Amino acid sequence: MAYPQAQVKELEEKAKQVRRLIIRMLAEAGSGHPGGSLSSVDLITALYFKVLRYDPKNPGWPERDRFHLSKGHCCPLLYAVLAQVGYFPIDELWTLRRLNSLLQGHPDRRTPGVEVASGSLGQGLSVALGMSLAAKIDQKSYRVYVLLGDGEIQEGNVWEAAMACAHYKRDNLCAILDYNGFQIDGKTADVMNLEPILAKWQAFGWHTIEINGHNMPEILSAYDEAASIKGQPSIIIAHTIKGKGVSFMENVVDFHGRAPTKEEAEKALKELE
Amino acid sequence: MEMLYQRDIYGQTLVELGKQNPGVIVLDADLSSSTRTALFNKEFPQRFFNFGVAEQNMMATACGLASCGKTVFVSTFAIFATGRAWDQARNSVAYNNFNIKIVATHAGICVGPDGASHQALEDVALMRIIPHINIIVPCDGPQTRDAVIAAANKPGPFYIRLGRPKIPTIENKGEFKLGRAQVLTQGNDVAIIACGIMVNEALVAAGSLGKKGIKARVINLHTIRPMDQEAILEAAQKTRGIVVCEEHTIIGGLASSVDELVAENCPTKVVRLGIKNRFGQSGEPAELLEEYHLTAGDIEKAALNVMS
Repeated sequence: MAYPQAQVKELEEKAKQVRRLIIRMLAEAGSGHPGGSLSSVDLITALYFKVLRYDPKNPGWPERDRFHLSKGHCCPLLYAVLAQVGYFPIDELWTLRRLNSLLQGHPDRRTPGVEVASGSLGQGLSVALGMSLAAKIDQKSYRVYVLLGDGEIQEGNVWEAAMACAHYKRDNLCAILDYNGFQIDGKTADVMNLEPILAKWQAFGWHTIEINGHNMPEILSAYDEAASIKGQPSIIIAHTIKGKGVSFMENVVDFHGRAPTKEEAEKALKELE
Repeated sequence: MEMLYQRDIYGQTLVELGKQNPGVIVLDADLSSSTRTALFNKEFPQRFFNFGVAEQNMMATACGLASCGKTVFVSTFAIFATGRAWDQARNSVAYNNFNIKIVATHAGICVGPDGASHQALEDVALMRIIPHINIIVPCDGPQTRDAVIAAANKPGPFYIRLGRPKIPTIENKGEFKLGRAQVLTQGNDVAIIACGIMVNEALVAAGSLGKKGIKARVINLHTIRPMDQEAILEAAQKTRGIVVCEEHTIIGGLASSVDELVAENCPTKVVRLGIKNRFGQSGEPAELLEEYHLTAGDIEKAALNVMS
C-alpha cells in the first residue's frame, strides 16, 4: 500500500522532534535509557500519530485503543510522545526521574496516558492479553498494542503469554518487537541468542511481519497488515538500530542505560536539527 | 459439627458474585477442579479463562483485565500464587493497586500427603511484605464466603488464604467485618490469637484451660491487613501474655504482625506457634499438626508457659 509522501514526511519530522525531546529529557535527568528509546521512536511515533484512537482530554475513554510499554525502561520515548500528543505539558518532561515527578524512572499510572506500570521485564505481553480479553468480553472494537524489547523476550513469562495469546486467538492484539540486537551485557546474539526469531513466533501460532523499523511506509504497512489478520495475534518484528539518529550512540551498548552528558546532548541535538 | 471445604464455598460464592456483577472475571492455572473455580466456569464460560500451567502469565494478564475495569479473581495453589508469581503480584498487581483478588487454596501444612513442595508455609509473609495487599485468612467455610464478598466489595488487591481439607465450622463468631478481629471467648488470663484452621484448635485449648480455671481470650484475627490493632493491644494490656498460632512460618505472617505491634506499643510476653525453620513433609493433616506442634494440646502448653 502506498502512503502519501506528505504524510510520511510529516511522521518523519515528528519522529525527529521526539528524538530531540528524548535527548533533552535524558540530559536534564542525568540518567535513563537512550539506546532503546531511540531505536523504537519511529515505530511508536507512527502508532500515536497515525494508528491509535485515543483522546488525551479523556485518558479513560473506554473505547480507546490501548498501548502498553512492556520494555518500561524506554519510557523517555513514551513520555515524549504522550507530551507531544497533549496528555500533559511538554515542560513536565524536564522533571523526569525527580522526586515526586509525574514522570517516574519507569512507567507508573500517575502519568496520564500510562495504562499499567512496567519496568520488570517480561510481563507486558500478558498485560496486553488481559486488555485484549477485556475487549472481547465487552464486545468492544478497540485494539491493543504492546512494545517488547528483544532482550526482554528472554523472559519465560513472554512465552507463556505468547502461547496464551494464540490459544485465545487474540486478533485484536499486535505486539511490536524492537529488535535492535543489543542488551545491557552486549549483543543479544552473544548474551542469549534469539534466533530463529520469526520461526519461534510462528511456531507459537503468531502472524509475523518483518520490517525495517526505521522505514515509515514499512511501519505503516505493518500496522495495516496486523489489523487485517483474523483469528491469530500479530507481531511486527522490527529490525532497528540501537541509538538510532545520533551517530555516536548508534549500536553503542554503553548508551543502553547511560544518559548523554550536556556536551553529548548538544552534539546529538545538532545532528537532529 | 459441620465440616466444609473452604474451596467449595469459594466456588459457590464466585457463582453468586458472577450473577450479581458482569464485571467479575475468574482466572485459573490448570487447577480449577481443585480450587473450585470450575463452578464459575460452568456458569459463566465467557468470563473464565484457564492459563494452563503458567501462573506468571495468569497474574499479569489479570492486570490487563483490571486496567479495563474488571474485578478479577485469580486462583491456584498458594505456593504458586505467591511464590511463582511473586514479581507479577508485586510489580503488576500491587504497585498498580489493581482490583485483583488472589484467592489461593491448598495453603499450609494440611495439604497433607503431597508434601513439602506443595505446602505453602510462607505465602502470607510473601504477600504481607508488599504494600497495598489486603490479607484475609478465613477460619472456616462460612467465613470464606464473608471474606470473598468483602474482597469483592472493596476495590484494590486482596490475598485470601484457603486450605485443602474439610474443616469444622465455628459457631457464634458474630458478624464478619474486614479488619475487625472476632473475640470468640472472653478472658483476661491469657490471649490466644489465631487465624485459619488454628482458630478451632485455639477454642479447644481454651476449653481445656477453662477446666483448669484459666480464662483464655481467643481472638480470630482473620484479617491480617488491615490489622485490628485495638483488639491486639487490648489483649496485650489485659492478659498476662499472648499465644499466636498459625499454620504458617512464624516469620512474616500473623505472629510477626502481632509481635511488631506489641513490641512497639505494649510489650508483653508472646509465644509463637507455627512452623519453625522447617519445610513440611508428607502425612495426614492430623499427623502433621502433631509433628509440627500445632495441636490444641500444644496451644494449651504454650498458654501455661506464657502465663508463668
